[in-house]
Amino acid sequence: MLSHIALLPVLLPLIGAPACAILRRPVFAWGFASSVAALAFLSAAILLKLTFEHGVIHYSLGGWAAPWGIEYRVDLLNALVLLLVSGIATTVLVASRTSVWHDIAENRRGLFYVACLLCLAGMLGIAATGDAFNLFVFLEISSLSTYALVACGRDRRALLAAFNYLVMGTIGATFILIGIGFVYMLTGTLNMTDLAQRLPGLGESRTVFAAYAFIVVGVCLKLALFPLHLWLPGAYTHAPAIVTAFLAATSTKVALYVLIRFSFSVFHLESSRLALSLEAVFITLGIVAVFAGSLVAIFADNLKRGLAWSSIAQVGYMTIGIGIGTAAGLQASLIHLFNHALMKGTLFLALAAIAIQVGGNEFSKLRGIGRRMPWSCAAFTVAGISLIGIPGTAGFVSKWYLVTAALAGEQWFLVLLIVAGSLLTAVYIWRFVEIAWLDSAPEKATGGDGEAPSVLLAATLMLALANIYFGFDTRLQVSASGGAAAALLGEAAQ
Amino acid sequence: MSSTALLLASLAVGPLAVAGITLLRQHPNPREGLSLAAGIALVIINLQLLNALNSGAPPSWRGPDILPGLRLELAVEPLGMLFALIASSLWLVTSVYAIGYMRGHDEKHQARFFSFFALSITCATGIAYAGNLLTLFLFYELLSLATWPLVVHAGTDRARHGGRVYLGVLLSTSILFFLPAIILTWTTSGTLTFTPGGVFSPDTPPVLIAGLLVLFVFGVGKAAMMPFHRWLPAAMVAPTPVSALLHAVAVVKAGVFSLVKIGVYIFGLEQLNAAASREVLLYLAGFTLLAASIVAMRQDNLKARLAYSTVSQLAYISLGVLLAVPGGITGSGLHIAMHAFGKITLFFCAGAIMVAAHKTEVSQLRGLGRQMPFTMGAFLIASLSIAGLPPTGGTWSKWYLMLATLEAGALLLVAALIISTLLNIVYLGLIPVRAFWPTGSESSAGQLREAPLACCLAIGITTLTCLALFLYPQPLYTLVSRIPGAGG
Repeated sequence: MLSHIALLPVLLPLIGAPACAILRRPVFAWGFASSVAALAFLSAAILLKLTFEHGVIHYSLGGWAAPWGIEYRVDLLNALVLLLVSGIATTVLVASRTSVWHDIAENRRGLFYVACLLCLAGMLGIAATGDAFNLFVFLEISSLSTYALVACGRDRRALLAAFNYLVMGTIGATFILIGIGFVYMLTGTLNMTDLAQRLPGLGESRTVFAAYAFIVVGVCLKLALFPLHLWLPGAYTHAPAIVTAFLAATSTKVALYVLIRFSFSVFHLESSRLALSLEAVFITLGIVAVFAGSLVAIFADNLKRGLAWSSIAQVGYMTIGIGIGTAAGLQASLIHLFNHALMKGTLFLALAAIAIQVGGNEFSKLRGIGRRMPWSCAAFTVAGISLIGIPGTAGFVSKWYLVTAALAGEQWFLVLLIVAGSLLTAVYIWRFVEIAWLDSAPEKATGGDGEAPSVLLAATLMLALANIYFGFDTRLQVSASGGAAAALLGEAAQ
Repeated sequence: MSSTALLLASLAVGPLAVAGITLLRQHPNPREGLSLAAGIALVIINLQLLNALNSGAPPSWRGPDILPGLRLELAVEPLGMLFALIASSLWLVTSVYAIGYMRGHDEKHQARFFSFFALSITCATGIAYAGNLLTLFLFYELLSLATWPLVVHAGTDRARHGGRVYLGVLLSTSILFFLPAIILTWTTSGTLTFTPGGVFSPDTPPVLIAGLLVLFVFGVGKAAMMPFHRWLPAAMVAPTPVSALLHAVAVVKAGVFSLVKIGVYIFGLEQLNAAASREVLLYLAGFTLLAASIVAMRQDNLKARLAYSTVSQLAYISLGVLLAVPGGITGSGLHIAMHAFGKITLFFCAGAIMVAAHKTEVSQLRGLGRQMPFTMGAFLIASLSIAGLPPTGGTWSKWYLMLATLEAGALLLVAALIISTLLNIVYLGLIPVRAFWPTGSESSAGQLREAPLACCLAIGITTLTCLALFLYPQPLYTLVSRIPGAGG
């Protein structure tokens, strides 16, 4: 009976989406979508608690036992990602009303929330399922709805951005499908646990490597790992403000989960001959991403675009963690996955509030914004400080674990690069701080005046406070990620 | 109140003052009254803590775990007590001074100014009472951030540029060197708690100790060891009370304080003495104190000259630690106090000159002694204290530092100390002498025009303290000599 709950976070938004389409008034759609997300969050929280207490939770869909039927298999890693995605989705959806009303034409608002729920269902599905093909299906559900969401952006460049994303995303999904097809051909099973048991028996055949290569490249496209990141800046910049906040905090995180799941649970990167070269690839690409992403972010004229590039840089940190290849590295990567969602969620929500007031996120429009919107800008500053990794914030915890992992691996050079990266972060965050707090506002202030709408502001402040809270009380991220990392590498060691 | 509650209260004073100042931002008089009340409260709390320390039951506090096995810790020990007492008492004096200065100078955004001022002092208190490196680092970084709005207070392009250099150097050094050093200490020794005698086991690889020492010395950028000293002159764009309290006392002393603390409680004198990199760093400190003095000679801007003088004096303190002999620790501890009172007086005087006579360059001060005899007299006494000459408190700290250098047998450094003292007399002492010298043209010998009363009051207090510390250094000495490893 208890195990039914493994299905709930996925089922709620999946059923909620068509139900939401029936609602005619956009404001009802908003309320409905928010409550569905909140329920999903609640069930994810219970799920995490259960996995802490009872270990892995299995659920066989339709009563068909694995490996024949589709199995939902939730361990600490899944549960953490489920909690994170549904939590961010709840916050963002609740906060979304004013921003969506501002960005999206009236007749599309209801459908917008349908797409949001579908996207959420897709992401939660990816994070909950234990079946490789089922994962692909959910990936497509979330991707397709994301393309639609991005295309909702205010100006026509959003269409091009969405199209770019669609092309790249489809290539990525196809690669993943090819990879899954290869392993199905080899083993005759799609269940991940089953795959994990059968693949080692096949030895180190080229087909296995090819399958893994296809999957990694496909996932890295979704993850926007440098140099497969080209779709991301456009999509994040031109998507509606709320969509950016939602995607930045969730979508790359789910992709990272898939990468970790396939690398460590299914393919046993650890014990493979490929491991060494792949680890080098992850570290190298991660470092290049950190520096390239941060440098572009420093020179961006539009703050939203700058933060999009910053996301590429932060994904770099997460892959560095994977590349270190130890349990500590993996744990650092997972902790940063969690913390980065908090930071980017806050940053993009604050930008959404600012966009409502001044009509954009170009630096030229942000002069003196700190005087007009002190609370939103304070939230942005706190999240920015967290992104830099100053102690007392969640970002510091990420940095601490990443540096500790690199030190334990005696990779001194890597330590230097990791900390140097956060200095670059400081540069682009402080560019905003100076312009927002020190400049005086332009004479002709465009758009409305004053603070953001109260609900949006409350959500932003709550996320900003979460950045501080999780900088002091780290039990949740640390224990969940520690358990998950140990389990992943434990599985691999078998 | 229990002593632990007092310890926590010392950190609560600042944030409470900020809340009050924000509420009263439209009412200057109650607002500044509140600033003063907070200052008095903090001094009283610190004196109570001193009592507790003297009674043999030093208060301490441990927070919940942040990372497994690692938590925020506060603990009162003699060195931190010294720093907290200096910072809080001078905060009170500076608050008096700042009221006169900010009004006399008609500065804008005064509520913001006093708020961040209070926050900065809270951070300094946090550094003083930190019980482990993590806590120290937390407040160290927050202090950099909390002082940035004060540095860029004017909002001009020059202020912003100064702010960028300031934050840039401080954050770079702390993130690039300090943080890795802390994490490396944690992974090596398994603890970050300040422990008398050090935390490293004797079988720690010497190369690791040597490397860590380098990382710590450069990582604590606030100690302004060359080549990472540029932030201090850059910070001089701030209003003078900021330069006085933060960049002569709280921030820079937080830097050298951290170095002493790390030297005594993380390395311990024995490990420090054995560290292979110590000698090199010691001579770098010697170089810094001489080079900064020479640069100071060439500065015409009074505040810039004082800034370089501070860089030089901070190097004395770093040198005292790096000598790794008991006398050096005593000298460093004493110099933290003596330099604080001397340098803050000098900055007060510089601000008073700016407010009353609108002069900022040294070359403009000729003959000003007629106009501002009190200020210039105080300047002279404080200069003597910085140079280490009687009848001022600076004599004692320089004395111990000199003895320790002799004890360590570093004759070259003894020469550097002597030359630097001579340079001190030239570039600081000559300013008031010239000011009192007859100028020939009698036009400038106008009537008496001193700074506002509040400013003069503050100058009077710190100058008298400089003199009093010559006659009664005993209380300070008793406190300093209780630092583990100190002696002499």
